[in-house]
This record gives sequence, C-alpha cells and structure tokens, in this order.
Amino acid sequence: MPRPIEVSNLSVGYAGVPALENVSFAVDQGEFLGIIGPNGAGKSTLFACMLGLNTQYTGTVRIFGQDIHRSRSPLRKIGYVPQMVHFERNFPITVREVIRLGMWHGVQEERVDEVMRELWIHELADRRIGELSGGQQQRVFIAKAIVNDPQLLILDEPVTGIDQPSMNLFYGILKDLNSNHGITIAWSSHDLDTINMMSSHVVCLNRTLHFHGAAKAFFSDEKLVQIMCKCTDPSECTDHKCDVAEPPPIRNEAS
Amino acid sequence: MVFEVLEYDFMQRALLSGTTIAVLCSVVGMFLVLRRYSLFGDAIAHSSFGGVALGLFMGIYPLWMAYVVSIISAVLITRIREKFDVSGDAAIAVMLSSGIAVALVIIGLAGGFSIDIFSFLFGSILLVSAHDTILVLAMTGSILLVILALFRQILYSTFDEKQAKVSGIHVERINYLVVFMAGLTVVTAIQLVGVLLISALFVIPNVTAMMLGRGFQSTIIISIVISISSVIAGIMLSYSLNIAPAGSIVLLSICMLGASMAAKSTGLFARR
Repeated sequence: MPRPIEVSNLSVGYAGVPALENVSFAVDQGEFLGIIGPNGAGKSTLFACMLGLNTQYTGTVRIFGQDIHRSRSPLRKIGYVPQMVHFERNFPITVREVIRLGMWHGVQEERVDEVMRELWIHELADRRIGELSGGQQQRVFIAKAIVNDPQLLILDEPVTGIDQPSMNLFYGILKDLNSNHGITIAWSSHDLDTINMMSSHVVCLNRTLHFHGAAKAFFSDEKLVQIMCKCTDPSECTDHKCDVAEPPPIRNEAS
Repeated sequence: MVFEVLEYDFMQRALLSGTTIAVLCSVVGMFLVLRRYSLFGDAIAHSSFGGVALGLFMGIYPLWMAYVVSIISAVLITRIREKFDVSGDAAIAVMLSSGIAVALVIIGLAGGFSIDIFSFLFGSILLVSAHDTILVLAMTGSILLVILALFRQILYSTFDEKQAKVSGIHVERINYLVVFMAGLTVVTAIQLVGVLLISALFVIPNVTAMMLGRGFQSTIIISIVISISSVIAGIMLSYSLNIAPAGSIVLLSICMLGASMAAKSTGLFARR
C-alpha cells in the first residue's frame, strides 16, 4: 500500500529566497506526525505543496503514491484544516451546510449528523458559522474535513486563537481519529509539549529538514529539546509554549 | 383592477419576464455579493450599454451585441484583477466608465438612432416582446440549471477558495463561470430596470435576505421572495400611477431593506 506522504528533495523559493531546501521524508499509514519549526521555517509552504496549492517547486511530493503535481485525485483522500479559515463573518451558511460542502460524492445527511455528534456540534447544526466561537468553528471545520472519511488529515496550526477547554476537546478528537479510526495525521504546532503528547513522529524544519524520527527519540534528547526551545533550562519550561527557536543540525532517524 | 390589468398581453409578458429576471438576479447576485463583487453588475451593465450602441450602429440586434460585450467585460475585469494586481473596485471603475464612453462616442458618430437607446438605460419592461420574453425564460433556465448542477462547487469557492481548491475543485474555472453567468444575467435583466439600476436587483434583495435568513438555502429563498414581490408590486404600481417601473421596483426593494433593518434593530427578527 502506498505511503500517505512521500516528500523527496523538495525545494521551494519565493522571489529567489529559499523557503524549503532539499526536504525529504515519508509518513506511514496511521502515523501522527507533528511538524515543528520557528516562524518562517516553511511549515505552511510544505503543507501548501502537499495539498497541491503550491506547484512551483522542484522535487516530488507523492500523496498515496501519486505525484500531487500531476494528479489531483489524491486530494479526495485528504481532509484539511487550516490555521484560520478566511470567510465573511456574515456569510449566510449554517454549520450543517458547511459540513455538507465537504461531501464531494453527494450529501448523506446521516453521515453529516454522525460527524456532528462525534464532534459535539450537533446542537449547533442550524447556527450560522460566523456566530460561533473560534473553538466551535474549528470543530466544524474538522467535521467538514472528516465527513468524507479521509485517509489523511492535514492540520496547519489548528489551535491558534482557541481557548483551553476547546483545545483539550480538540486534542481528544484528533487522538480518537488517529487511534480508533486509523486516520494518518500531519499537523503543525508551536506547542512542543502538545506535539510530545500527541505525535508518534516529529519533523523539525527550518528551511531544511533538521530532524525526522520518532517523537520519543526527539523528546528524550534534552539537548535537542533545549536547542529547539528558547528557554535556557528546559526543566523550568513547563509547557514549551515559547516560540520554537533555531533548530539543531540535521538528524534524520527515519531514513 | 388587478385582474383587469392581467388581461393585457404586454402586462402578462412584463410580469412573466420580470419575475423570471427577479429569480435570476437574486440567485446570481447572491454569489456576487458574497464574493464582494456587489458593483460588478453595475460595471458589466455599463459596458453592455456600449454593446447596445455598437449593435445599433452595426445593424445587429442590440441585445446580442450587449451579451458579447458584457461577457468580454466580465472576463476582462477578472483578468485585470488577476494579472495586473489591480484591486477589484479599480477594475470595476475602469470597465464602468469605458462602456459609457464607448456608447457616447458611437451615439455621436451615428448621429443618433431611430430607436430610443435610453430605454436601455432606464429599462422598458412594459415594452418587452414575446421574443424577448422567450429569450429571458431560456437564458434564466440555462443559467439556473448550470448553477444547480455545480451548486456545491460554486458555493464552496465562494465560501473559501483555498479549502475549495484543496477539495479538488477547479476554483479558477468556477470563478470564470460565475462572472460569465453574471455577464449573461446583466444583459437579460437590462430590459427590466435598465443599465443604471441593475445592481439594485443584484444587491438589495440579497442584503435584505442576509439580515433575515440563517443558512444559505433559506437566505436565497427569502431573497427570491423579496425580489419577486418588489418586481410584481413595482410593475403594478408603475401601471396604476403611470411612473417608471424600474424606479418603483427599486424603491420598493429599498423600502423592504429599510423595514428589515428597522425590524432587526428592534429585535423582531433576531436569530435564535
């Protein structure tokens, strides 16, 4: 069975400035991959390439064995939740209607209801999306992303601007989708503690790939975490919510 | 009196064309308003006026030429925005003034026309022929069928382009399709309210409906009801008071917008 993600020698530049250089890694079915790196490290660029939004690159990005540059069909197997969905706040669309948008092969109301119950948003079904809180909206966008039963879920800093209770619920949902539904997840976050808690594997980027391997290996290496974290003493850093600092030299454990 | 008026052929044609155009403008206008293209209809309408003048000058049925010019203008506005990094309102302003300028030059060169070209400026719904009515019905049916067939893709691209792209939708193609349909709709609707008031049909019923509706489907239904009501009442009022139908239609829809704003501010239509 082809791997959900295979990135080989990926390089991207904007106006001559490199955003990603020679990045290679692969993700196996059922992995929960956390992608970390400082602001401007190329995390969003990497996602844009994986989602077919950016095709101005060299190298190859294969999604379920197919080159995303040549074929859009793998997109049907992907659910995507961006950092922030940009839409008109007064857009007249209900939660149910937003989730229906995710069903490309025809609307099945039972499936929409099922997903809303799973994500605890069934009581919001007839509310306008613009009336909801950030956390509620993010749950709606997850529901839209998974309603089609994707095999791969991609989330780009999905908890930015979300309150703590919503965040905890959100993490529980992701864990359930990965563990119980077998969905491969690739997500990015600045919160190292949460990446540690949630992810099975880690990719550390700062234009180039600096680490790819098991999350355990990454987080058991105090020096690595210390270099990744701006705090001088990681033992005093309880939540690792500080911005991720410059990453260490390259170390690819998976290859 | 109402039944008496309905016995006239011209009134039957006016009401049939008017209500059909009302439905079309509500549906297409909803997508334009939500894409922040509210003045797009205005720009296309002004361009198509140049097409009307060109058609008359060349001896071609003016509305056919208006259709061609409006579609070219619609695509041009979109291309200018995409390729030259010009803001949407600036591109619209350029196209809006170009159409009128072209029309004025052609009218000057022709030394005037035997038919009343200004009926295209202010609409002439009471004068629509059976041929025009069939054209309106055919055009409306075709556009609505396309929208129905591609409803999810159009709505998704309108709601969030980026996510629509990720879901495999060819967003650029859908965007061109929407402006293409808007171009066709504008010319179809010119007969009802004319070039100068066309954007009112696109915008006012939808803005009103957005205050009252919750979801997309309910909002579009409310918009259609408001649009049809103002068209029917406007045509009847214009006949009985001998006033311009375009003015009465638009003023009635503005009254409904005012009433909705008042009702909303008093909490009468507060969404639960």
